[in-house]
Amino acid sequence: MADCAQPLRSRWGLGVAAVVAALILGALAAVVWRAEVGRGLGFADWAAIRFTVMQAVLSAVVSVVLAVPVARALARRRFPGRRFLIALMGAPFILPVIVAILGILAVFGRSGWLSDLLGLFGFEPVQIYGLHGVVLAHVFFNLPLATRLILQGWQEIPAERFRLAAQINADSRAMWQLLEAPMLRQVVPGALAVVFAICLSSFAVALTLGGGPRATTIELAIYQAFRFDFDLGRAAMLSGVQLLLTGGAALVALRVATGEGFGAGLDRPVRRWDGRGSFALVADAICIIGAAVFLLLPLSAIVIAGLPGLVSMGASVWWAAVYSTLIAGVSTLVLLAVALPMAVAVALGRGGLVELSGLLGLAVSPLVIGTGLFILIYPVADPFALALPVTAVVNALMSLPFALRILIPRVREVLARYGRLSLSLDMRGGVFLRRVLLPRLRPQIGFAAGLAAALSMGDLGVIALFADSETATLPLQIYRLMGAYRMEAASGGALLLLCLSMGAFYILDRGGRRHAET
Amino acid sequence: MKHLVLAAGLLGATAAYADTPELIVYTYDSFVSDWGPGPAVEKAFEATCGCDLKLVGAGDGAGLLARVKLEGARSDADVVLGLDTNLTAAAKATGLFADHSVSADYALPFAWEDATFAPYDWGYFAFVHKAGMDAPANFAELAESDLKIVIQDPRSSTPGLGLLMWVKTAYGDKAPEIWDGLADNVLTVTKGWSEAYGLFLEGEADMVLSYTTSPAYHLIAEEDDSKAAAVFDEGHYMHVEVAGKLATSDQPELAEQFLAFMVSDAFQSIIPTTNWMYPAVTPADGLPKGFETLVAPEKSLLLSEDEAAALRDVALDEWLTALSR
Repeated sequence: MADCAQPLRSRWGLGVAAVVAALILGALAAVVWRAEVGRGLGFADWAAIRFTVMQAVLSAVVSVVLAVPVARALARRRFPGRRFLIALMGAPFILPVIVAILGILAVFGRSGWLSDLLGLFGFEPVQIYGLHGVVLAHVFFNLPLATRLILQGWQEIPAERFRLAAQINADSRAMWQLLEAPMLRQVVPGALAVVFAICLSSFAVALTLGGGPRATTIELAIYQAFRFDFDLGRAAMLSGVQLLLTGGAALVALRVATGEGFGAGLDRPVRRWDGRGSFALVADAICIIGAAVFLLLPLSAIVIAGLPGLVSMGASVWWAAVYSTLIAGVSTLVLLAVALPMAVAVALGRGGLVELSGLLGLAVSPLVIGTGLFILIYPVADPFALALPVTAVVNALMSLPFALRILIPRVREVLARYGRLSLSLDMRGGVFLRRVLLPRLRPQIGFAAGLAAALSMGDLGVIALFADSETATLPLQIYRLMGAYRMEAASGGALLLLCLSMGAFYILDRGGRRHAET
Repeated sequence: MKHLVLAAGLLGATAAYADTPELIVYTYDSFVSDWGPGPAVEKAFEATCGCDLKLVGAGDGAGLLARVKLEGARSDADVVLGLDTNLTAAAKATGLFADHSVSADYALPFAWEDATFAPYDWGYFAFVHKAGMDAPANFAELAESDLKIVIQDPRSSTPGLGLLMWVKTAYGDKAPEIWDGLADNVLTVTKGWSEAYGLFLEGEADMVLSYTTSPAYHLIAEEDDSKAAAVFDEGHYMHVEVAGKLATSDQPELAEQFLAFMVSDAFQSIIPTTNWMYPAVTPADGLPKGFETLVAPEKSLLLSEDEAAALRDVALDEWLTALSR
C-alpha cells in the first residue's frame, strides 16, 4: 500500500470524493427517477452532440496552442505590471456570459471598434457570427485559464534546473528540449481536457455567436428537453452523453500526461538565463502584448459601458453584491475542504476515480444538477430557504476540477520530496499538514481559492432555479435589469461584478503568493 | 431590514408570520424584480387582503410551467401568474389548476372565455427598429431586404415561440417558404429576450423581435423617442399573459381574491409602466401618456390554446429545417 510509506492517508480524500460523486450522480439519478418515458434521442440531438464536440475540440486546441507561447513568454520575462496583468487575464473567465459577449461584440461586432476601424479604410464590417465567432469567444474565456495552468507548470520547474541548464550553456532550443517540452507533455493534456469540458457545456455563447440553430449544443438540447418538452428522461440521457464525453476526455488526458517530474529543489526564486536574444525578446513581447490587447479590449469595453450605470443601479443590486460575496466566501471554503483531501488522495496514487469524481461538477449540466437537487430537497425542506447554501455547494463543485488540476502536481511533488524525511522524523497527519504541506502549497491554494471565489461570484447556473424574489445573486440581478430594459444599470452591475470577482481573485491569489516568487 | 430577516431565516430561524395567512404566487423573473410590477403589486394587495403575499420568480413563462410540473400536487404555490396562451393547454393537461370565477370588462381585441386562466396583460409581438428607418411592411418584404434581425430561440424563450406561432398563423403551410426567405436576414438567435434586445441596443442588428409596446419604455422612462415598432400588414401575433390558481392551494379563497384583484384598477394601473404591456382591463385613468404614440396593428392574430399546442412541434421543425441549412 502506497499509504503506509506516506505521512498522510488517502482515506479522507476517498471519502470526500465519494460524497461528491454521490451528490452529483444522485442529482442525475433523481431526474431519471422523476422521468416518464420520453422520446429518446432524435436526429436533432445527434446533430447537437456533433456540433458540441466539434466546437469544444476547436476551442480547446486553439486556446491551449495560443496559451503555450503566452505562458512561456510570461515565464521568461519580468516586467512592471506583470503580476497585475496575470490577475487581470483571469477576468473573462468569470464574467456572466451575456456580459462577456457584449464586451466581445463591442470590439469585434458588426458595429464594434474593429469594424469601425476597417470602415475608415473602406472595408466591410467583421463577420463574427458563425463557428469562428464561437471559437473566438471561447478562446477569450479560456485562454487566460489555459495560460495560468501552463504557466504554473513552468513555475514548478525548480530554479536549480534552470541554473544547471545555464551552466551547461543551454540555449533556448536546448532549454526547450531539456525542460520545457517534457513539462508541457505533463501539463498540456490536462489543460486541453479542462477547456474541452468547459466548452462542452457552453450554451448561450454557442447559440448567440454561432448565428442560429445550426449552433445547437447539448446544453441547449437539455434546456429544450426541460422547458419545451418537459421530457426529463431525455434531459437525463443528454446529460449522460455530456458526462461520457467529459469523462472520456479526462481519461485520455490522464493517460497521455506522462513524464517524471523534475525532482526536488530548494524553493529558490527562478532565474532565467535563456531567451536573451533580441529575436526571443521580440517574440515574447508580441505574445504578451497580443494576449493583453485581445483580452483587455473587450474588458475595457465593459468598463466603459458600465461606468455611467454604476449610479443608477439601486439598492437591490448592492444587496445582490453582498449575497454574491457571501456565497463566494462559503463556496471557496467548501471547495478547499473538498479539494485538498482529494488532491492528497490523488497524489498518493489513488488517481483515477477520485479525479473523475472531481470532474463530475463540470461534466453534468448545471440545469440537471439544479433540477435533481430540487427534486431531492423538495420533499424534506423548503428549496428557497436553502438557495444560498445549495448555490455555494454547487459552485464549489463546479470549480473542483480546476482546483484539482492546480493542487495535484504540487502535492505530488511535496510528498515525493519530503515524504520520507517527514516519516523518519515521525511527522504525520496534522503535523505534516501544518508544517510541511500547507506552507508549500500556499500559492496553489491561493490560486485555486481565487478562481473558486471568482467563478462562484459570476455563476448564474443553479441560483436561478432556487432563488425567490429577494435572494438574488449579482449575475441574476444583472439579467433582471436587462429583462426590465435597464441596459445601462445592467452594464453598471456587470462592472461591479467584474470588480468584485477580480478583487476576490486578486486578494486570494496574492495572499497565497506572499513571500513567494512573483 | 427584510434582507436581514431573510438571512436569519436561512440560518434556521423561522419567520414570524404565524397569524397572517400567506399567499404564494409563482411568476416569471422580470415580474418580481425591483423594476417589474412585483413590489407595487405586493404592496397594493397586502393593503387589502390582511395577508402576506409572497412572489416567487421562476425563470420565464416556460420555466414557470416546468417548475409547477416538477412540484406537482405538492406545490406550495397558490397562484401561477405569467403563462401565455401557447402554454395554457399544457398547463391544463397537468390537472393541477382549478377554475376561477373572475370576470371583467377586458380590453382585449377578442372575447376572453377561459374558465381556468384569467388574463392580466397582453401585447403584440413586433420587430423594433431605430425610428426613421424605412421598415418593411410584412415578412415577405423583410425577407427580400438586407436588414439583419435578432430573434430568440423558440426552444428556450417565450417570444421566440411567439414568433414561430406568428409566422405559422399568418402563412400556414407556406411558413417554411417564409423562413427560407428570412434565413439570411437572421443575424443570430439568442437564448432569451434580454440577450437579443441587448444586441439590438448595441447596434449589432437593424431589428429585434420584441413588442409594439417596447418603444413606450424608451419614450416614458428614458425620454428617448428613437425606437419604433414596424407594423406588418399580415397582422401581429398576440402575447396574452394569464394567471390561474392551483387546485391544491391551501388558501383557495385568498387565491380567488388575488385573481379578482389582478383585474382590478389597483393592479392594472401598475402594469403599463412596469411590465411595459397593455393592461387586460383599461385603468380608470386610461393608459399612461406616451402609449398613444404606439403603433396599432390592424389585424390581431392568436391561435386557440389547442391549435397552438398542436402546431408547436410542427412549427419548430419547420423553423429548425429552414435555419439549419
